[in-house]
Amino acid sequence: MESRNTQLAVGFFVIIGVLALLFLGLRAANTNFSSNGETYKLYAKFDNIGGLKERSPVKVGGVVVGRVSKITLDGDYYEPLVEMTISKDYDEFSDTSSVSILTSGLLGEQYIGLSPGFIDDTVEMLDDGDYIHDTKSALVLEDLIGQFLFSQGND
Amino acid sequence: MTSAQMDDLIVIENLDFAHSYGAHQVYKGLSLRIPRGKITAIMGPSGIGKTTLLRLIGGQLKPQRGTIEFAGYNIPELSRSHLYEQRKRMSMLFQSGALFTDMSVYDNIAFPLREHSKLSEEIIETIVLMKLEAVGLRGARHLMPAELSGGMARRAALARAIALDPELIMYDEPFAGQDPISMGVIVKLIKSLNNSLGLTSVVVTHDVAEVLTIADKVVIIADKKVVAEGSPEELKNSDDPLIHQFLSGEADGPVPFHYRAPSLAEEILGAQQGESHAG
Amino acid sequence: MLDRIAGLGKAVLDSIAGAGQAMVMLLRALIGKPQLRKSWPLLMQQMYSVGVLSLIIIVVSGLFIGMVLGLQGYTILVDFGAEQSLGPMVALSLLRELGPVVTALLFAGRAGSALTAEIGLMKATEQLSSLEMMAVDPLRRVISPRFWAGFYSMPLLALIFSAVGIYGGYLVGVRWLGVDDGAFWSVMQANVEWGQDILNGIIKSLVFAFVVTWIALHKGYHCVPTSVGISRATTSTVVTASLAVLGLDFVLTALMFG
Repeated sequence: MESRNTQLAVGFFVIIGVLALLFLGLRAANTNFSSNGETYKLYAKFDNIGGLKERSPVKVGGVVVGRVSKITLDGDYYEPLVEMTISKDYDEFSDTSSVSILTSGLLGEQYIGLSPGFIDDTVEMLDDGDYIHDTKSALVLEDLIGQFLFSQGND
Repeated sequence: MTSAQMDDLIVIENLDFAHSYGAHQVYKGLSLRIPRGKITAIMGPSGIGKTTLLRLIGGQLKPQRGTIEFAGYNIPELSRSHLYEQRKRMSMLFQSGALFTDMSVYDNIAFPLREHSKLSEEIIETIVLMKLEAVGLRGARHLMPAELSGGMARRAALARAIALDPELIMYDEPFAGQDPISMGVIVKLIKSLNNSLGLTSVVVTHDVAEVLTIADKVVIIADKKVVAEGSPEELKNSDDPLIHQFLSGEADGPVPFHYRAPSLAEEILGAQQGESHAG
Repeated sequence: MLDRIAGLGKAVLDSIAGAGQAMVMLLRALIGKPQLRKSWPLLMQQMYSVGVLSLIIIVVSGLFIGMVLGLQGYTILVDFGAEQSLGPMVALSLLRELGPVVTALLFAGRAGSALTAEIGLMKATEQLSSLEMMAVDPLRRVISPRFWAGFYSMPLLALIFSAVGIYGGYLVGVRWLGVDDGAFWSVMQANVEWGQDILNGIIKSLVFAFVVTWIALHKGYHCVPTSVGISRATTSTVVTASLAVLGLDFVLTALMFG
C-alpha cells in the first residue's frame, strides 16, 4: 500500500509539472507567432538600420507578423541587409509594400514597420527570398539635428 | 569423512596486497587453504587486515600478486559478469549486519531472492519464513532494522546471507560487541547452519574462546602472512610463543603491545636515532 | 618551493582522478540493459523522495521570489512610466534565470545533500558492500534510479517554480499595486517566446539536473565512510553543486542569449 501512495504522489507531482508547463506555454508565452511555426523570409536593404537588432519585431499596423532573423552587410558598397522571418499566416504582401525602421515610444526598442502596398493585376506578390525595395532608414538623432541646423542656416 | 569432502573450496597462493592509498603492505606471500564443508577460523591481532582478506575472497579488492581460487575460479582474474556469477555462490555477514535500513526485516531477507530468482511471492514468503525460523526471528519479520538490537540485527543479516543457500559464508567479526547470550546464540547458529546446510564457513574473529569451540581449522595471521594453522587441539598444544600469546591473550609478547614507534626514552630525549622499536 | 609545486601537482592529479572516478561511476550506472520490472518501483520511490518532497520548498520559494520581483520591478519601472512591462520582467527573469538556477540551488541543498548523506551512510554501514557481495551491482541498484529521479524531477520543479513565481508577481503587481490586468498578461505574452525563453529554461534545468545529481551521487559514493567523511561529503555536495550551477548558468546564458 505504501508503494501505491508513493506512486500516487509521484503521479500528482508529474501532473503539476505538466500543468505548470501548460500555464507557462499558454498564459505567459506568445502563442500567436511561435518561432516553430511555418515561416518565409523577406529581405530589405537600408542605408542605416540605427538600433535594429536580430529578433526585433516586424509589425504591420502594430501587429507582430515576424522578426528580424539576420543582419549583414551586402554588396560592393556594404549596405546593411536585413533578413526578416515572417509567419506564413501573412503571405499576401505585394511587391509595392514598403518597410521602415521605427521606434516604439521615445526611448523604446526599434522595430520594422511593414506597410502593405496596393494590390492590382500589375503587381506581383512577395515570395520567400524576395527583396522589398521601398525602404526608409532609421532616424538617427544626430542627422536630424544636422538637418535642422542646416535648414535654419538657409533662412 | 571421505577424501572428496576433504578438498579445499578456497586456495590462496602467494598473495601480496597493499591498499592503493599509503604504502602499508597488508599481506606478503600469504598462502591459505580453506577446506570445503568445514568451519575455518581466521584469527589474528586486530589491524592485521582480516576483513581485507574476506574482501579479497569476495573480489571487492584486487591483490597485487598471487591467486585466490574459489571452487577452481581465480577470483582476481574473473570478468565482472563472471565475478557476479560466482558471488551468488558465496555470501558474507558484515560486522555491522549491513541490513538495508529502508526495508523491513522480511524484505531484507526476500531481497536476494527477488533479485536473483524468478520465484513467486508465495514461495519467497515460505523461504523467508524458513530462514527467519532458523535464526529465531520469525516474530520480528515486520520490524525495521533500526528497531532491532545489535544481536538481532546480526541474526537477521545471517538469515539474509543464507537466503540463497550459498556454498560459502564468510563471517566478519560475528561476535564483536555482543553480549554473552547473543554471542552464544551466534556460535550455535554458525555451527548448526554449517552442519545442516553443508556450508563452508570462514569466521574472522579475535574472540578466541568462542571460536575454538566450533572451528574445525584455525589459521592465525600475523606479520603479513599465516604464522600457524591446524586444528584447535594442535594449536592449543603448540609451544610457539606467538600462538601461546594469542590464544591465552597476553598483553605483550611476540606481538608487541606498542604500535611501531621509537622507544619512549628516545622520543622524550629527542635522540636522533629512531630506528629501534619499542617492545 | 618544490614542495608547493608538488602539492599543486598532487591536487591537480587528485581532482583529475576524482573526475575520472565520477565519470566511470556514471557510465557504469547508466550503461547496460534496463530491467523495467525492477527499476520502475525504484524510480518511483526516488522520484518521491527527490521530487515530491522538494515540492513544498520550491513552491514557497517560487511564490516569494515572484512576489519580491513584482514589488521591486514595480517600484523601478513606475519611475519610467513603464509599469506595464512588469509582466515580461517577472516572467523573463523567472523563465530564463531564476527558475532553473534557484531551483537547482534549492535542489542541491534539499535533495542533493540528502542523496549524498544517504549513500554515504549506506557505504559506511557496509550496505553497498553487502549489495556487491549479493551479486547486485550497487551502481545499477542504488545510483542509477537516484540519478534518473533527479534528472526528471528538477525540470518539473523548475517549471513549477516559474509558474508559481509568475503567479506571485501577478498577485503583487496586479492585485496589490494595481497594474492593469490585461496589460500584465498581454505585454508578457508579446515578449515571452516558447523556443527562446521557455525551452531554453528547460534545457538549462536539464543541464543543472544532470550536474547536481551527478555531483551528489559521486560525493556520496566516493566519500570516506566515517561520520566526518560523510559530513564533509555533504557539505562538499552543496558547495560544489552550487558553484557548478552558477558557473554553468553563465556559460549557458552566454550561449543561448549572448
